[in-house]
Amino acid sequence: MDVMELICIRCPKGCLLRVELEARGEEPRVLSVSGNSCPRGDEYARKEICDPTRAVTSSVPVRGCALERMVSVKTERDVPKGLVLDVVNALAGIELKAPVRIGDVVLANVCDTGVNVVATKDCLA
Amino acid sequence: MLSYDIVIVGGGSAGLSAAVAAHDAGTGSILVLEREPRLGGILNQCIHNGFGLHSFKEELTGPEYAARYIQMADDRKIERMLSTTVLDVSPKLVVTAVSAEQGVFQIEARAVILAMGCRERPRGALNIAGCRPAGVYTAGCAQKLVNIDGWLPGREVVILGSGDIGLIMARRLTLEGAHVQCVAELMPYSGGLRRNIVQCLDDFDIPLLLSHTVVGIEGKKRVEAITLAQVGESLRPIPGTEKRYSCDTLLLSVGLLPENELSRQASVELSPVTRGPLVDESLETSVDGIFACGNVLHVHDLVDFVSEEAAHAGRKAAEYVQAGQERRPRREDELEVRVSGGVRYTVPSRISPSSMDERLVLRLRVGQVFEDCYLSVYAGEKRIVHRRRQVVAPGEMQEITLRRSQLEGLEPGSHLHVLVEGE
Repeated sequence: MDVMELICIRCPKGCLLRVELEARGEEPRVLSVSGNSCPRGDEYARKEICDPTRAVTSSVPVRGCALERMVSVKTERDVPKGLVLDVVNALAGIELKAPVRIGDVVLANVCDTGVNVVATKDCLA
Repeated sequence: MLSYDIVIVGGGSAGLSAAVAAHDAGTGSILVLEREPRLGGILNQCIHNGFGLHSFKEELTGPEYAARYIQMADDRKIERMLSTTVLDVSPKLVVTAVSAEQGVFQIEARAVILAMGCRERPRGALNIAGCRPAGVYTAGCAQKLVNIDGWLPGREVVILGSGDIGLIMARRLTLEGAHVQCVAELMPYSGGLRRNIVQCLDDFDIPLLLSHTVVGIEGKKRVEAITLAQVGESLRPIPGTEKRYSCDTLLLSVGLLPENELSRQASVELSPVTRGPLVDESLETSVDGIFACGNVLHVHDLVDFVSEEAAHAGRKAAEYVQAGQERRPRREDELEVRVSGGVRYTVPSRISPSSMDERLVLRLRVGQVFEDCYLSVYAGEKRIVHRRRQVVAPGEMQEITLRRSQLEGLEPGSHLHVLVEGE
């Protein structure tokens, strides 16, 4: 049995998690999680070990808006951690046209993750 | 002269929340003055997520969090003037402002809420030796360049200071194709949230060098290299530990200062510790009718708590306006809040039990890291609060809730004492 320490990133509290693992090799199995002060910590630890994911945020240029040059965007849900840079690269070259509304899809199914990149800012024409 | 019941200086997270709460508490005549052409303040450039877990029970980005409050202000038809800079607030509550459209003009207020936020400590505050080339930015300035203006400020980057903005920018610049060589931190611990060390540095293999500082900057027109050195316990560089890093950009994330020029002009008494106004349980400053909230009062880590604090200020300003002339006499039972044993300050720093609500949130910061400790409050000899904490650190604001019943019946002139205890 292996023991790993993780810091939970699900909220600003940053709980120090102690994770007991069976075989740290290719298919690690989480036996127990302690140190978390809410269920999100348990969920995070299991996910971080078996299938780590992150939300990605960035910004892309917008045309036709008097006030803004850039629109901030995010992935609607987490994407696999290993694809974070690919997601940002996939956004290169994209240019939006005002008006843009919060939640508008900027790039559908980014990197075949099944996750959309959406706008997080209103930009009126 | 224009006249409003409540004038709010600043349309960021604090100003918006104060405006919404003041409106909901029954004040009809509210004006928000904002220097930028858009509401939302610093949230507009904080495009990362993690905001709103407390207020909205979901993870929002900064602009989305701002949009929620802007919508609330719109729904209530709260008046605002954008691209309008406040030049002066007088102790008699006359606000002088200027805008391109209206020139210089004055507004009479029955209450003023200060919500100007904070700004970053610049290079000039650090006494870094060396040349004065281009390429030295505060982290927040770089954040604005990348996220609002769409420019990349540099390609080879070193960051001094591990405050949250510095950590966030280490990740942001990496994602935009820059190479962040390291983050150096003077103190033996990070000033940022632990989650940001994980998701902004560890995820991208960016080293965090604790107990390190910049001792030199080279370059004539543009930064060409900087020199880092390790520091000892006295925080002075240790000779012989210098290491040179070739780079074109140095970001500074070395602390935030509440922006209180207007407060000073209004004769508001400031705390030498927070550099924000000294306030009572209603978040009212030393000047009658002037309230303060958000980062101008003391620097926060989380916007959720800014919103909460500002809503309190908004409600109390509304009560103040509604009470009119009947609000005196007051404050004979005022308790001073004293701090020691690792606690640097509390907000508020004076409490009148007869004026407080049923519950009052006392916010505080400690001066060093404590593990397995207790946050305690004494009223005279009696310990009225004793809360266990796994870890308290200077980078994480602490909260204690006091109940009015705990404070009633204390001798006039007595004080509360807040401290960290081992047991």
